[in-house]
Amino acid sequence: MSGVSVTKGAEDAAPAANDLVVLSNVNKHFGALHVLQDIDLTIARGEVVVVIGPSGSGKSTLCRTINRLETIDSGAISIDGKPLPQEGRELARLRADVGMVFQSFNLFAHKTVLENVMLGQIKVRRTDKKTAEDKARSLLDRVGVATQADKYPAQLSGGQQQRVAIARALAMDPKVILFDEPTSALDPEMINEVLEVMQQLARDGMTMVVVTHEMGFARSAANRVVFMADGKIVEEATPDQFFSNPRSDRAKDFLSKILHH
Amino acid sequence: MNVLLDNFPEFRDGFIGTVSITAVSSVIALVLGVLVAGLRVSPVPPLRIFGTAWVTLLRNTPLTLLFLVSFFVVPEIFFPGMSPFLLGSLALGFYTSSFVCEAVRSGINTVPLGQAEAARSIGMTFSQTLRIVVLPQATRTVIPPLSSIFIALTKNSAIAGAFSVTELFGWQKLMSDRGYAIAPVFIWVALGYLVVTFAISGLFWLVERRMEVAR
Repeated sequence: MSGVSVTKGAEDAAPAANDLVVLSNVNKHFGALHVLQDIDLTIARGEVVVVIGPSGSGKSTLCRTINRLETIDSGAISIDGKPLPQEGRELARLRADVGMVFQSFNLFAHKTVLENVMLGQIKVRRTDKKTAEDKARSLLDRVGVATQADKYPAQLSGGQQQRVAIARALAMDPKVILFDEPTSALDPEMINEVLEVMQQLARDGMTMVVVTHEMGFARSAANRVVFMADGKIVEEATPDQFFSNPRSDRAKDFLSKILHH
Repeated sequence: MNVLLDNFPEFRDGFIGTVSITAVSSVIALVLGVLVAGLRVSPVPPLRIFGTAWVTLLRNTPLTLLFLVSFFVVPEIFFPGMSPFLLGSLALGFYTSSFVCEAVRSGINTVPLGQAEAARSIGMTFSQTLRIVVLPQATRTVIPPLSSIFIALTKNSAIAGAFSVTELFGWQKLMSDRGYAIAPVFIWVALGYLVVTFAISGLFWLVERRMEVAR
């Protein structure tokens, strides 16, 4: 792992034991397109890392490689000290510890909201039904959709669905949650209700990797901003540094385009 | 004199034979078809290859040929002394399983990829993802083609009659051997098949309506 990627945001210059997600020298191609180029990234326990960058820069792909929804061509990814295993039972077990929130929510359409949050607990964690239901209800309460528990996902607004998706991820007691553009498919007025839940999570000390276009969230909740362009990590900095004084031209250009209206 | 009333016990046995072989081979086809569809979308290449080979082989073989293999090769090599009914059901069930597999696979493909990704990312294994998340959502799309497949199966079961399985179409041969006029015989046979195929249509119609409510 290169010196550049050592956590700058975390105050205590922590040893490797505190590193939860480590990507080293990760490369991935989609055909001729080199979407991830020599990515080195370390995410410490309790850290909130926001990944921003222009469309097609590989940030979603980066996020999806962490729980191996996308395979990588070379390099290594480890979570909590364990390298990502091949597809199979072991990978499934590891994924249970890595929450994922998708742009398009992906709630199980044939299950009620409550069942969505209970399913992983019962089928993967083998929790008994009663405990799973209690936990699901309290999580739904925490994200503010307790009254919708018995509805089907399609009956909920986008913002509500995304909050249920967050509850579903939380139900597994994950070590880290990956957010893949969680607000990009939402109406403007629903974005905030989702961001508030995420901000609360960040305050509670959840380790989060957030791919987003919400600069406000990056400013207020991130420990570190990772700026990607053309498959590379161009810049890593604290939000303050990044937004007030970006070092790279690419980041300056990007920020000038998005912050001016 | 009436061909049906005079020979009702034989007709009844034939009808029951058709219903039984249809039922048994439907179950075989459904179980194998869903299983093989699972293999065909599996992340493990050898399983995928096996599934593809299964479908290619069984779907492209004439059913009569499968019956021949089932009646003359299978008992010689694998299970001597198996009843004609079971051998016929196996041939018909295996053959139809390839069609069921493809219908189920097309249903699986209609379920958005995100559903499976969400299931995998909460830690479900491939088979859990398929059983708990994907297949239940695929069912709705699979029902209409399945109903056609099982109706075709019912009619295909007539071939079993040529292999000494008691079934409805065999009654026709029996009657013409006994010298009855062929037209009324065929009308009764056709009506017998209609009862079975209409029952299947009705059953699937009910299932389809129930699925509609459940979403």
